[in-house]
Amino acid sequence: MATTEPTQGGNSLSVPVVGPGHDNVTVTDQISGVVFGKTPLWWFVALAISAGVLMMMLYAIVFLLFTGTGVWGLNIPVAWGFAIINFVWWIGIGHAGTLISAILLLLNQNWRTSINRFAEAMTLFAVACAGIFPILHTGRPWLAVYWLLPYPNTMGLWPQFRSPLIWDVFAVSTYLTISLLFWYVGLIPDLATMRDRAKTYAGQKIYGLFSLGWRGSAKHWHNYESLYLLLAGISTPLVLSVHTVVSFDFSVGQLPGWHATIFPPYFVAGAIYAGFAMVLLLAIPLRKIFHLEDFITIKHLENMGIVTLATGMMVAYGYMVELFMAFYSGNQYEEFMMLNRITGPYQMQWWSLLLCNALAPQVLWVKRIRTSPAALFVVAIIVSIGMWLERFIIVVTSLHRDFLPSSWGMYAGTKWDWALYIGTMGLFLTLFFLFIRFVPMISIFEMRTIVPDSRKGEV
Amino acid sequence: MHERNEPQELHGLMAEFDNGAQLVKAAEQSYARGYRHQDAYSPYPIHALSDALGQAESKVPFLMLCGGIVGALTGFFLQYITAVHSYPLNIGGRPLNSWPSFIPVTFEMTILFAGITGVLSMILLNGLPRPYHPAFNVERFSGASIDRFFLCIEATDPKFDRQETEAFLRSLEPSEVSEVEN
Repeated sequence: MATTEPTQGGNSLSVPVVGPGHDNVTVTDQISGVVFGKTPLWWFVALAISAGVLMMMLYAIVFLLFTGTGVWGLNIPVAWGFAIINFVWWIGIGHAGTLISAILLLLNQNWRTSINRFAEAMTLFAVACAGIFPILHTGRPWLAVYWLLPYPNTMGLWPQFRSPLIWDVFAVSTYLTISLLFWYVGLIPDLATMRDRAKTYAGQKIYGLFSLGWRGSAKHWHNYESLYLLLAGISTPLVLSVHTVVSFDFSVGQLPGWHATIFPPYFVAGAIYAGFAMVLLLAIPLRKIFHLEDFITIKHLENMGIVTLATGMMVAYGYMVELFMAFYSGNQYEEFMMLNRITGPYQMQWWSLLLCNALAPQVLWVKRIRTSPAALFVVAIIVSIGMWLERFIIVVTSLHRDFLPSSWGMYAGTKWDWALYIGTMGLFLTLFFLFIRFVPMISIFEMRTIVPDSRKGEV
Repeated sequence: MHERNEPQELHGLMAEFDNGAQLVKAAEQSYARGYRHQDAYSPYPIHALSDALGQAESKVPFLMLCGGIVGALTGFFLQYITAVHSYPLNIGGRPLNSWPSFIPVTFEMTILFAGITGVLSMILLNGLPRPYHPAFNVERFSGASIDRFFLCIEATDPKFDRQETEAFLRSLEPSEVSEVEN
């Protein structure tokens, strides 16, 4: 499936993953130029809008905290609602960043070089957005510390380690920490470049501070490379474990539609699927606006399209297995759950999710669509919506009609649910706009290893 | 260039090259000449350079392994002690030490400790953070983070001799040789 061939020594190229005529100086100039250039007007406008949406999130949180979780649509029987849907949606999006930075590194896919930095940033910001939901969902976040983390307290209470919910706390916080470290370690040599190129005193000091005095000495690189590879090595099982643990939150429960062994692989595939859609949503405008077409080439977009298609097929397989198992199980509650999804009150959402996640990505079989940024952008939006609907269906349809008809109910998000959900997009975009303005969004030193003139340096 | 000869004033001599291949060749020759206190600087990692300079294996992998083992033990015993001794709970009749349920947290703690140990060891083994280094006194050194390649033979090397070392560096055909002041 992968289109780049294995490389020799990590540096020879079999596909044009960087435009012609580039060398060490031009890649450095162009990528750092995005940061050192004049701040474009659109950036202020975009930041103002996303910061405005972020304000809406803060307002929604303050209102929630002063009024109580009753402002959300949650109630018995559907006590998980938007908070968990959005948590799973955001954390899934993050997974593509780690896949690109770690797994593709180990697989020697050097086209990852020009997209890994902002994909990792996307991971960090997506995990930050995800974390807000379960913490607020605890109802009293200021008490969440002792519900979530093990620490010696006067009440002698400890978390219950046989529950996937506490596994989730460890998985997500480890994921956030390791993603941050991976991202920062990747940045150190580039921050040194920024320090050496900064014209202003403040720029030199601030980049100098964060680059820790990096000099690019052979000793530095030696330890650095060994660490970078190992971080990729430990991030790979980590990223697989995170969404596996998220899926355990559901599959360890006894509810029809949740208690399924397909969940871990199906969730991981769905996470990468949604994540690649988000990487495409970010990469397509970025390359256009900052004229980075030489670095994020059509080849990159096509490869991402192929990964989207492949993981989309895995997700579709997951849907088929769910459908099959519901009837093969011979369990009347499982059968009812599936019939309820297909024909019940949420059938619209179920059919749209099939349309968005299983049908829409099939257009990516066509090379013309895979290589068209506009078409890929549209597919990516459809996939993002589809993956949100998938989590909606999983959370809501299983809860709203479980074993006893007397306890059935309906669920819909209130305007506060929506304000918080859309507000986290504001948080995500605000962080992202700040990131592209102050940090090189493509790994400069890794680009140097793939531009043609560096190959002279290999003996 | 200043004319100064006291070794305390001088960090070393630095030769500048146009590409990595030249730098690797120069490093090999200077190692063959018996120079040991030397360092090479490049804008991207060059694997052949570590061998040319005779560098030892990185200690990062071993330290990360140790960090991972400590993390695994911490993770497991945190759960064992709390679930068996401090706060025993009967969950569906399972044994108090229901170790299969403790695996996910043990795994996450392994990764967490290994990752943090790895990053700290890389930074500390590299002698960072170190905002000041004599190499930065060379004006052209800012190119080391862009497209220039440097070999620095340090004055602490027993074989270092102001004139002889400079002559040797010049014989490597660098684009420039500069003094590095302390």
